[in-house]
Amino acid sequence: MLRSRIIPTLLLHKKGLYKTVGFNISKGKYIGDPINAIKIFNDKGADELVFIDIDASKEDKEPNFSLISLIATECFMPVAYGGGIKNVQQMKEIYSIGIEKIILNSVLLYDRSLLREASGLFGSQSVVAAVDVKKNIWGKPKVYDHIRKKCTKFNPEDYILSLVESGAGEIYLTSVDREGTFSGYDIELLKSISKNCSVPLVINGGASSLQDMSDAILIGGASGVSASSMFVFKGIHKAVLITYPDYKDLEQIVGSNGGK
Amino acid sequence: MLVVIDYGMGNIGSIQNMIKKIGGKCLVSGDPETIDKASKLILPGVGSFDAGMRNLRELGLIDILNKKVVIEKVPILGICLGMQLLTRSSEEGMEKGLGWIHADVIKFDSQNLKVPHMGWNVSIPQKQSRLFVKSSREERFYFVHSYYVKCDQQSDILTSTNYGIEFVSAFENENIFGVQFHPEKSHLFGMDLLRNFVEL
Repeated sequence: MLRSRIIPTLLLHKKGLYKTVGFNISKGKYIGDPINAIKIFNDKGADELVFIDIDASKEDKEPNFSLISLIATECFMPVAYGGGIKNVQQMKEIYSIGIEKIILNSVLLYDRSLLREASGLFGSQSVVAAVDVKKNIWGKPKVYDHIRKKCTKFNPEDYILSLVESGAGEIYLTSVDREGTFSGYDIELLKSISKNCSVPLVINGGASSLQDMSDAILIGGASGVSASSMFVFKGIHKAVLITYPDYKDLEQIVGSNGGK
Repeated sequence: MLVVIDYGMGNIGSIQNMIKKIGGKCLVSGDPETIDKASKLILPGVGSFDAGMRNLRELGLIDILNKKVVIEKVPILGICLGMQLLTRSSEEGMEKGLGWIHADVIKFDSQNLKVPHMGWNVSIPQKQSRLFVKSSREERFYFVHSYYVKCDQQSDILTSTNYGIEFVSAFENENIFGVQFHPEKSHLFGMDLLRNFVEL
């Protein structure tokens, strides 16, 4: 049966790889050249990679097709790309380059037409909806708008159900408060979503150990777990060291998810 | 020379790249004359069965492929749709396949399974093969497909994989090999498999 996936997320900023904290690039750190990182993840046998261009939507730019093309040919594993996608023409070009999945985020907040059109055209399995969740000033989890830098009024559970109804084939859920903090995944948030989510659900934000990943899969009900800091930093001073766990360790801790 | 057949079905950059990575050499071509000189062939492919067969026909490749594979017995590896095209037929379309393997292509039961079958899964060897030499290891590969191959003869089945049912994830008959998964997206496992094919 299909296995739970362990997915490094790599953030593209000014053509390099960066790691943010709580979506904040000013607290971020330069990690290195994307192609070099891909080579390491190829050798370590990573299940899948996620690339997110954190500038494209904010600066209202086209996706960087030449960089995406370079990524696609260097990656000997499946790849998902997100950032700056606004229409199906862009998506068509990215799939034809050899990227397996495209991640949509801010474009979905107030309009579902692209999601419906894309999942009809390309199949829902290749369209991932990313959802960022942040606690508002009253401590209630809300869907976060990273362009306007504020919480929306949407409750994550209802929002995700409506994305799946509109054709999302996978949900990539990030807890903004945890991102880059090494404080563990938000298991409560994950549980509240996974109980009603009929498509694969990937959790991101906060992982510090394989135990966190195991908890997210076995307790939280995630189909896959994603992390950045854990795969690019070593030690409390955050020395850059790109790494990925051994398959044997993953097998023991994570195991099979029974086909989710 | 190993020729990766370019017939307009999907991106072949990562196959080319992986062959380069393992120290092999290949040409990418859809030209009958180039294919005629090949000592080994890879038929990749992402897309629908009928479109695949139509493209092979329109490029004038079917006769030359029959000559190379059936008469000259040049080794060929079909990947994903490329594997399915080596069979007789598919429930996905009306076109006849190349028909070199006694097998047909069937649709997964989408009532009871999430289709496509997409993700990492295990291929369980059913016989000895030069493609899988490290026999003690669990072989994991990346799959994306909605249809699967069903062989008439157990002896053609090289590996099987479980997804609701047990299906043929690789077959082998003399010089003809097919894999349903994507070795070019299955890093270490895919590299070993492609290396074994390149070194046949």
